[in-house]
Amino acid sequence: MTARLLRRIYFALVGLFLAAPLIVVAGVSINEKQTLAFPPKGFSLSWYAQIFTDPEWRLALIHSLTLAVCSAAIAVAIALPLAWFLWRRIAPWANIFQVLGLAPFVLPPVITALGFLSFWATLGLFGQFYTAIISHGIFFVTLPLVTLSLGFASIDRALVEAASTMGADDRTVLKTIVLPLILPYLVSGYAFAFVLSLNEYIVAYMTIGFTSETLPIKIFNSLRYGYTPTMAAVSVFFVVVAAVVFGAIARFGDIRKLLGALGTQES
Amino acid sequence: MRREPPRTLADYAPLAFPALMLIVFFIVPFSTMIAVSFFKRNPASFYTPDFVFDNYERFLSVFFGSVLAFSLMLAILVAVCCVAIAFPFTYLLTKCGRRTQTVWLVGLLSVLSLSEVIIGFSWSTLLSRTAGITNLLVAIGLMDQPVALLPSFGAVLTGMVYQALPYTILVLYPALVRLDPTLIEAARTLGASPPRAFFNVVTPALRNTIVATLIMVFVFALGSYLLPQILGRPSNWTLSVLITDQAIYQSNMPFAAAMAVFLVLISLALVGLTLLVGRREHAL
Repeated sequence: MTARLLRRIYFALVGLFLAAPLIVVAGVSINEKQTLAFPPKGFSLSWYAQIFTDPEWRLALIHSLTLAVCSAAIAVAIALPLAWFLWRRIAPWANIFQVLGLAPFVLPPVITALGFLSFWATLGLFGQFYTAIISHGIFFVTLPLVTLSLGFASIDRALVEAASTMGADDRTVLKTIVLPLILPYLVSGYAFAFVLSLNEYIVAYMTIGFTSETLPIKIFNSLRYGYTPTMAAVSVFFVVVAAVVFGAIARFGDIRKLLGALGTQES
Repeated sequence: MRREPPRTLADYAPLAFPALMLIVFFIVPFSTMIAVSFFKRNPASFYTPDFVFDNYERFLSVFFGSVLAFSLMLAILVAVCCVAIAFPFTYLLTKCGRRTQTVWLVGLLSVLSLSEVIIGFSWSTLLSRTAGITNLLVAIGLMDQPVALLPSFGAVLTGMVYQALPYTILVLYPALVRLDPTLIEAARTLGASPPRAFFNVVTPALRNTIVATLIMVFVFALGSYLLPQILGRPSNWTLSVLITDQAIYQSNMPFAAAMAVFLVLISLALVGLTLLVGRREHAL
């Protein structure tokens, strides 16, 4: 009984620690006047409206969404054939590409960012918007690569075998069996890359920071001129997007499995 | 269709696009950065091609030495705090029902995906004088007037633990979920209380996982580039902050690149160590 109570308390403390800054930010975002008072004075959602009505914030929002939608697509486009090849073929040396796909995520992000900065600067393309899209696509290739590898690993090879025996060629097998089975992993890989790209700061800053602003860059640049409730509203927006996306993954897939609880648990 | 080695050129076709992209946009930029670290600084443009060791020689200064020592110390501290909090937490989490686990995991992923800008902004609000927690202490009569708790070392440490904690939990999660439940059952049958079973059976059984996680969180914390800047004083700046600062504000890309190469070497050495530890675990 006491053990249970202690566990409750421990969970509550960790939860409080994780939620506290977000609660305060959500609080200040509904202040009526342009102050960061907490508890908030008055109630107003105008700061949320400002994300969409203020031309600068709206532009940053459009930049962020464009970047996230396109770069997540690139990440998946790289990860899907790679994961498929590694699953389909025995080619130990091809694992080098898997390591390459995991590397950007394991190394400190500053390093990858600086690599891109020196690369684009050398090519003279520094500051072009598409450079950020490609850079993010590479930077986040790890996420779809991991989810898709899990997806392929979960396919029962007997199914594929059966289809082949019945005369299906590679293309038919891919279209009618493999793709439908890994679709949830494809979607969650895309979603992970999308949410992280939306939030990413340093790579975006080092590639296009001087020419255009994404939401995180805009927040950071605005920090210098003082804190406004709009920044808090944008932060809340980010938390909500992340929670909705991951919540949807959990609702339609098995998030525990995606995070490593591979088939060892009952229930 | 069994797994088979590729025979014809067409079998390699799926690899073409990923290989091309990763080589052109990861290997080449990385090599460019290494090359730039030997270049000369040129304030007018980014750099002038050259082959000098000046950028690396700058490491041999007291200032750089103290920044490096501080970065390593901070990253170690963050790793230890995170694992100390996360290990018992993750263990208890894996004992919860499926629903509870899912809710927590969604929450943890959401916090993990937040950018450093937002974490920095949130914590600087929470620790500020106008909207901070000290207002709460004033309200319940523990303090006379609200104070700002930043910039300070404590604020940097708190922010970085906040950033790394979800990561730590998610790294520990697979290992703890797969932990053989009979281990604990055996300990309990032999009369150990749950905390005793946790400390005397679970913790030693996962010793290598804990070490590997410590190293991974250490590398993760080493990469934090904004929090020391937003929440701390210049004396709390780390190597990653310095790299960003040199590259962007001092426009000294060669020096930034040299520091980055140095940071890669440290990280790679540690990742290698993690793999080694992991292999030993599998061998057991």
